Amino acid sequence: MALHTRLWRNSAFRFGVLVLAVLLALALTAPLLGTVDPSAMDSAHINTAAGERGEFALLDGNSVAHRFWMGTDNFGRDIYSRVLYGTRTSLLVASFTAVVAVAIGALLGMLAGYFRAVDAVLMRVMDGLMAIPAILLAIALVAALGATLWTVVVAIAIPEIPRVTRLVRSLVLTLREEPFVEAARALATPTPVILWRHVLPNAMAPLIVQGTFIAASAVLTEAILSFLGLGLPADVPTWGNIMAEGRVQFTQYPSNVLFPALFLVPTVLAINLLGDGLRDVLDPKFAKRAA
Amino acid sequence: MTEPVLLVEDLGVVLPAGADRAHAVQGISLSIAAGKTLCVVGESGSGKSVMATTVMGLLPRELRPTQGSIRLKGESLLTASAQRLRSLRGQAMGMVFQEPMTALNPVMSCGDQIEELLKTHTDWSAAQRRTEILRVLARVKLPDPERMVRSYPHQLSGGQRQRIVIAMAVILKPALLICDEPTTALDVTTQKEVLGLINELQSEQGMAVLFITHDMGVVAEIADEVLVMNQGLAVEYGACDAVLKRPQMDYTRMLLASVPGMTPPPARAACDGSALLRGDKVQKTYSSRDWIGRSRQTHALQGATLAVHAGETVGVVGESGSGKSTLARCLIRLIAPSAGQVHWGDAEVAQLLEGRLRPLRSQVQVVFQDPNRSLNPRRRVGDSIIEGAVNFGATLEDARRLAVDLMDKVRLPREGLLRYPSQFSGGQRQRLAIARALACKPRVLVADEAVSALDVSVQAQIMQLLRDIQRELGLGLLFITHDLRVAAQLCDRVIVMHQGEIVEQGPTARLYAQPEHDYTRRLLAAAPGAIA
Repeated sequence: MALHTRLWRNSAFRFGVLVLAVLLALALTAPLLGTVDPSAMDSAHINTAAGERGEFALLDGNSVAHRFWMGTDNFGRDIYSRVLYGTRTSLLVASFTAVVAVAIGALLGMLAGYFRAVDAVLMRVMDGLMAIPAILLAIALVAALGATLWTVVVAIAIPEIPRVTRLVRSLVLTLREEPFVEAARALATPTPVILWRHVLPNAMAPLIVQGTFIAASAVLTEAILSFLGLGLPADVPTWGNIMAEGRVQFTQYPSNVLFPALFLVPTVLAINLLGDGLRDVLDPKFAKRAA
Repeated sequence: MTEPVLLVEDLGVVLPAGADRAHAVQGISLSIAAGKTLCVVGESGSGKSVMATTVMGLLPRELRPTQGSIRLKGESLLTASAQRLRSLRGQAMGMVFQEPMTALNPVMSCGDQIEELLKTHTDWSAAQRRTEILRVLARVKLPDPERMVRSYPHQLSGGQRQRIVIAMAVILKPALLICDEPTTALDVTTQKEVLGLINELQSEQGMAVLFITHDMGVVAEIADEVLVMNQGLAVEYGACDAVLKRPQMDYTRMLLASVPGMTPPPARAACDGSALLRGDKVQKTYSSRDWIGRSRQTHALQGATLAVHAGETVGVVGESGSGKSTLARCLIRLIAPSAGQVHWGDAEVAQLLEGRLRPLRSQVQVVFQDPNRSLNPRRRVGDSIIEGAVNFGATLEDARRLAVDLMDKVRLPREGLLRYPSQFSGGQRQRLAIARALACKPRVLVADEAVSALDVSVQAQIMQLLRDIQRELGLGLLFITHDLRVAAQLCDRVIVMHQGEIVEQGPTARLYAQPEHDYTRRLLAAAPGAIA
């Protein structure tokens, strides 16, 4: 059976893909979905209740008829618009973090697994990194580097790298003994080519799975950083900083926290289910159970 | 005539939809009387193991017997409850599997594992259980039963582990012993001992034995009756002598003809001239340090000297742990020898660094044992085959043309170049591995157990292919194998290794007729029976 049919038959994978597809569509088409500038403040609409209609004053002085689906915050910004634009940030952070962590982790892991001399030093550095709680390390990095999209991505990715490195190293340690890798050595294939052509493709399945789990935790970590005030600046809406700003008046106006959370939870759930589905199908150890 | 112990009639097991055939086994009938051995023989995929697991009631859930009956001493097994089957297993049927390491629980001592069986099936007292365990361990000729009771599986050798499994199978004196390839993972000398043991236990306890094997030599040695299976169907069923000596069916004849004999063919003209591959006192020592820093040295290979000339096949035979693979890996410089010299043609390469070695690597190529793992599963076979040629400077176009030629040479369809390894059978993959090795125009081919994982009929084809290619290209061939019969058929000279040392070498005919070293004699005597 072809791979994509087997994947599609897995209900966890199917659910994950569908939810993420909807979120991606929302993120891409946010300007077309009746949103206003997510940073625009209208002093006439402070803490509007969800679902009310009104005239929203734009920055250029014009005003438009608008329905406040999720209400407004205490600066008069439209939460609906902020949440939709925040989806963009969250998905960007999730995918970039996964790609950065997997790419660097895979490279280091292959070096450690294939070269004995690198292994001893590199893996001790990784052990050291793993001794620091991920969120603390991320906080320290954002504090040191300043908060932009890229520094947040890097700050979330770095604590994930040791885990990827360990995974890839253990895969490479078994793959390097495989007869087809030894045959490639006998065929005089240069070592970097062996790693790229023979080792990496055969380590890909568990790497992709690990990548999805990193993406899921990146969404959460980004929200936590923003919530702590260390994430992206307030002019870039993220689910984390929307919730952070709503926190102080949570009891009176719960919608500031509730609506971003309603997006955050299914997103993390969907990515995790996607990863579970991928693992069940791609990993031979789980293949039987899933069948 | 007394009632047979096991009576199988018209057994059929259906495979799930989408498999390569509809039935795993179909219309199989057999019977075994007490004290008799029935050998079921067939190549991989013949359904012989499915048949045995059906008898044990251990079929995977996707497989269900759909027709026929299985009776053990008159009791129908197919209709028995799971609980009844459980109590029959161990008590009325004993089982011995191929891989003793996986048949035993690695975190439980051997004594505890046997004890668990006794607790389940008997109401004996602790003292009685212990006496019985010691008795059976002594019976299967394990040295020092007291110590064996406390040992864990990983502390024992393969042969010892298999004896523990046999002890568990026979301790309750079952009426039927089912052996599924019990000696396939063992060395020949150990295999001979284990077969002898099963035989003794059988005559002592009057068991019926259902013995699954792919090895005609083993069949000749132990069977009273033989059932030949192919593609889930019974091909031929009869007394051992009749089937082996006067086979009625073409398939049986083909199978028997494929079995390599112990008599070497007439010697070819001796080769001289300079050696293409030469090892001079090659040595490999592994040293490890324990936790207080004392170093321990393992001599995997000691002072091996050999040479391979053009057009010549040199065999290296030995049991597992004899150092034959270490020797091969030193000679193709996948590992660096600790001492000694390795010559590829005129170049001395024993300690060359990988970068200096690479330009020379085209001279010596290798084919490995396991056809499933010797090709990168994620690459089209065409890309795998041209890899070497491209590394040595061929243009992509030339390499592709060469790959097409090589596919013809190893007798595979050209369209195969675009497929992935999983779309080929084991024998075909081995052909692909040979094609890949030939693509960089080597002068010596090292085959490390290259035919050991294959069915006999496929094995015979690959050996013929190697012979033809050697004749055509004048290759030197270094053939590593544990199978003396294969070595007899293929090699001009044979080197016998034992515990890291070369104990004897000489022309095949001479060595097989008049072995000089004691170990060679033992090895030759242990080879499973020739079909006279």
